[in-house]
Amino acid sequence: MSDLTPLLPPSVIELLDVALVGELTVIDDSGQPITYPLIPLSDGNVIYLTSSVLFSRKLRHIKANPKVCLSLTDPVAVPVEPFHRATIQGDARIVEDDVHEGWERLLPMWRAKEPAIDFLLKKRFGIPLFFERSVIEITPHRVLWWEDGRASEPARVYELAGVS
Amino acid sequence: MAKLEVADAIARAEAYPHAVLAYVGPDGYPVNIAVDFTGSATAAVVDIGALDPDLRPADGQEVELTFSHIRPQPGVGYDERRYVNLWGPATPTGAGMRVAVRRASGWDEADTPFFEYAERGLPAGRDYLDELGARPRLSGLWTVFLATRLPFLTATLIPVGLGGVIAARDGAFHTLWFVLALVAAIAVHLGLNMANDLFDDANGADAANVTPTPFSGGSRVLQYGLVTRRAMLTGCAALYAVAVGLGLYLAATRGWGLLGIGAVGIILSLAYSAPPLRLVHRGLGEPVTALGFGPVMAVGTYFACTGRWSWQPVLASLPVALLIALVLYVNQVPDRAGDAASGKRTLIVRFSAAQVQAGYAITVVGAFVCIVAEVAAGVTPAWTLLALATVPLAWRVRNGLRAHYTDPYALMPTMQSNIVLHLATGLLFVIGYVIAVVS
Repeated sequence: MSDLTPLLPPSVIELLDVALVGELTVIDDSGQPITYPLIPLSDGNVIYLTSSVLFSRKLRHIKANPKVCLSLTDPVAVPVEPFHRATIQGDARIVEDDVHEGWERLLPMWRAKEPAIDFLLKKRFGIPLFFERSVIEITPHRVLWWEDGRASEPARVYELAGVS
Repeated sequence: MAKLEVADAIARAEAYPHAVLAYVGPDGYPVNIAVDFTGSATAAVVDIGALDPDLRPADGQEVELTFSHIRPQPGVGYDERRYVNLWGPATPTGAGMRVAVRRASGWDEADTPFFEYAERGLPAGRDYLDELGARPRLSGLWTVFLATRLPFLTATLIPVGLGGVIAARDGAFHTLWFVLALVAAIAVHLGLNMANDLFDDANGADAANVTPTPFSGGSRVLQYGLVTRRAMLTGCAALYAVAVGLGLYLAATRGWGLLGIGAVGIILSLAYSAPPLRLVHRGLGEPVTALGFGPVMAVGTYFACTGRWSWQPVLASLPVALLIALVLYVNQVPDRAGDAASGKRTLIVRFSAAQVQAGYAITVVGAFVCIVAEVAAGVTPAWTLLALATVPLAWRVRNGLRAHYTDPYALMPTMQSNIVLHLATGLLFVIGYVIAVVS
């Protein structure tokens, strides 16, 4: 089943809003997939993730190949009832014009999921490079959706048109 | 993420409830989906349960399996972060697939704490920032605070204060000379902290240390790129210039004997980590620290106030000298792997864990015995026995050192208590002198 929709479906946004961790898969320089668990954030159109420069390999991979995929699969890390699963494919770009403060525009969304970030930010002097961060902006173009969370079953597919 | 042995990684993966299968789809986009699985560490394979036929990788295609776990902590975020990645070719097995695992990586914060994990990423982070032409930033005040290791000034305040109160007991305290001696001592201390960072950066000791704490591993301002070596060198030289200038002025006005004391202090502070002596590399860091932050500072301050020499500040400063040596001693425990790797053979590197712990116990007992013996011998006033009130704290440090010797982060409260032990014992000792002066 395939649907054409201009925006991320509300049910997917609901998952993104509560997900503490999603699995971001990027393609490495040998053409193989490599997956990183990260906190997904979203404004409904675009998915945001941030990465410290300390863990910058994923950023290099995305710069070389922007095709990425983010899944929300873990019932513990994605606490919704009833449980659903989703996989979102899209194109990513790295925003790194101000790695010192640029990512802080996402703090309200991050804080909602990890309130301890404020405590850590106050200790910024102790781990300064952790808070030098690039933003990964994913423009989604396809969503695979499993209403009952059983990914062995055929997925409902949303083709996203006009997302910018 | 760190490389893992395949069998170990599969064994770890078996504890997870599901896997995420990832592969590159025909359109060039990665696909990742949740799958059920069973693993065999001995056969180095993972069998994946039924897959939607539209979402199956091609026969023999290289795939990745990711196993991820967190424990939500409402109101905080989450903890217990760990994940495992496995890679290998996938072949069909009925409705599912079998992955022959060829390589693996992962991270478990129970094995590698987050702060160590972050430190291990430092070279990659620095390279990345260099390519962007960016530098990490902190406010000027924080940078100075870190670069000079300002909180460690308690090591200077105690012996200088002691020299001052002993001068007062001898009826010769002089505020101006005391303040000038204090400023000179502070300048030497902050300058030597910066010099120590410069030398430990040059010899690789700080870079090799992946478990720094707020009490150990240097200030890290050079490793983090917060300060350039040139700026650090300039700051260091300026502080030594202040110390030398004040020392010369005090020597000229209070007596040339002070020149010798000041010269010993400055030479010790540099020889501590500077070649060719590099005394800390030879296991002599503790005695040098004891001498510099004990008798040298106490006698120097006494001389500045009184204009004469006395054995009194030498003997009276012995307990705090032993305790400040123990601050260095315990703070080097988390650094021992990095120090050993860079040839910095401190006492902690040379000793076994049991020897280090015994060394602490013997020395701290020695400090308190010294306090009692000096009173018994009439060297120090009876009120200085107030300092014995910190014996329980010493016991706590001794126990903490034994319990957390191998865990740098769990040892942090012990390192903090040990610093407080020096500060509180020294303050009570000084207060004992003050009471003796005013009563």
